[in-house]
Amino acid sequence: MARLDLVGLSKRFGLHAAVRDFTLEVRNGELMCLLGPSGCGKTTTLRMIGGFETPDAGDIRIDGRSVVALPPERRPTAMVFQRYNLWPHMTVEGNIAFGLRLRRLPRAQVDAKVRDVLTLVGLPDVGRKYPHQLSGGQQQRVAVARALVLEPQLLLLDEPFSNLDARLRVHMREEVKQLQREIGITTVFVTHDQEEALTIADRITVMRDGVAEQVDTPSRLYANPQTLFVADFIGTMNVLPARVHRRDGVVAAGPWRLPLPDPAWPDEAEVSVAVRPEDLVIDSAGAAAHVRRVMNLGHYLQVLADVPGVGVVRLFTDKETPPGEGREIGVRIARALLFKDGRPVEVGRTDSPPATMSSTPAPAAPRGAGLDGR
Amino acid sequence: MSGVLWPWAAAAFRRAAGAAALLALASFILGPLLTLLVWAFAGTWLFPNLLPEFSLRWWAFVLGNADVGKAIRMSLLSAPTATLISAVICIPAAYAFARLEFPAKRALLLSFLSANAFPKIGLYVSIATLLYRLDLMDTFTGVVLIQLVNTLLFMIWIPTGTFRGINRNLEEAARDAGAGPLRTFFQITLPIALPGIMVAGLFAFIAAFDEAQGTLIVGTPNHMTMPVLMYNLVLSYPQPVGAVFSILLSLPSLVLLLFAQRYLRAGYLAAGYSL
Repeated sequence: MARLDLVGLSKRFGLHAAVRDFTLEVRNGELMCLLGPSGCGKTTTLRMIGGFETPDAGDIRIDGRSVVALPPERRPTAMVFQRYNLWPHMTVEGNIAFGLRLRRLPRAQVDAKVRDVLTLVGLPDVGRKYPHQLSGGQQQRVAVARALVLEPQLLLLDEPFSNLDARLRVHMREEVKQLQREIGITTVFVTHDQEEALTIADRITVMRDGVAEQVDTPSRLYANPQTLFVADFIGTMNVLPARVHRRDGVVAAGPWRLPLPDPAWPDEAEVSVAVRPEDLVIDSAGAAAHVRRVMNLGHYLQVLADVPGVGVVRLFTDKETPPGEGREIGVRIARALLFKDGRPVEVGRTDSPPATMSSTPAPAAPRGAGLDGR
Repeated sequence: MSGVLWPWAAAAFRRAAGAAALLALASFILGPLLTLLVWAFAGTWLFPNLLPEFSLRWWAFVLGNADVGKAIRMSLLSAPTATLISAVICIPAAYAFARLEFPAKRALLLSFLSANAFPKIGLYVSIATLLYRLDLMDTFTGVVLIQLVNTLLFMIWIPTGTFRGINRNLEEAARDAGAGPLRTFFQITLPIALPGIMVAGLFAFIAAFDEAQGTLIVGTPNHMTMPVLMYNLVLSYPQPVGAVFSILLSLPSLVLLLFAQRYLRAGYLAAGYSL
């Protein structure tokens, strides 16, 4: 199919820089998610790839060929929008056949292609219907069919399921993933929903303020976030303010003391400690915490606990030993990421000791449920 | 007290008041029309009689009048021409107002309103002096031009709103599928905007068809439309003539209204707007 290269892409709207010097490579057949909060530039980037916005600087190459000067109708891309995809004055057939007829395909071939693609998206019988006679999910499926029927080199999806209800959304994204694997089309998918991104993407680009914070596979993004923003944005994370106590060789976060990873860190330096809820372990030897609330999330319990000097932390625990609400417990940090000046250092994980750590007094703990276990 | 003792009386009073209000409204709206109908079919109408004797003789008189025939032809030619020309001018302009950014956009949009913001008679007189210079007085072109003044407003404002209401994604999806800007406009945008444009066309037609002041100045003596002739008929003939002519005058708009209503309600147009 195709490979996509974005090279130093920039776009401003007035004074606001929507996308800044953005470079990205999307591999052949890959599903790449652009993930980020609203206003991070992900949709603008996608619209530049589709030709609906003109970049102020930079290049867009599909299989090495620059398409930046081409209007949307001459790019080998097909886009599925968030909503208002289908033309209300045409039947489903008319919608799907529109692009084929423009290409002057013979009638029989158009009909066959429309039938095939409708079968592919699981709606073989809706050809004669008008868009308003379909449900929201069906409409988006037809929109995907209309995009695929032109056999584009690149499929662009702009939050296509965000207007659907939660169950349907989960179902649809699995379907799209399946479809994308089947036909092996290179796909760029924009979403603000990290769960959506984590479940369907081969790789994810986390964007903030028009730049890529990190480009990585879902599991690596979860386990090894390279910036505090990614750490906080992907999955659930407790971010605790902390301070370096050089004399004692520790980093103090509330009642917790973590080993100082680098003796060169200046005394009293402010750092952030990021701890996944599954890396906070209930242990009577740990720091004192007051259980505020216990929520049953199905396979596990989520506990909100007050820790003096830190505030409320969130931890996951199994259902075997449910802590009572209002009780005092001890909480230990099994693994944490220290962010100093925006860069992470891992502490507490004994199975892969980072080179910068001299001693690790924190007891080894089996890694809790990570991404795969959730 | 009475409300507690006589709840049925209060309810009956409310019902009666409601019915009275409805009747008053109905007679206010329909009364003049009924009178018009009665007058249009009146023969002699002497004092004690509640209704006149039925007669079609004024119809025969009006329809047999050569001036009337000429005016009807003039109206049925000039008003559709003005509507069509204004559509050709205004629909692209409306699209530009809705979609493009250009300097002084707001001021330009408002300028279309300005023709209706001042007493028209002054405007017509100054246009008339211009047409006189251009040798367009008492010509078909002159009449159409003066009618255009009234149609522009509707043909700009309503389609601008309609185009604004069409989501850009619908057009972008067409571009994405391989259609150029022109094809996208004619095959996607225009069909979706058609109901709004129909309504605009209807209003524009009625505005052109009803125009009397300007046409009177520009068109006399040989290019009289129906509303202009109305002045003559009302001033020079008995009352039933005016009534008959009023009915003739309202027929085209009535037919168009019924047609538009049927068309606008039909099928996907009414339902297909929001997803």
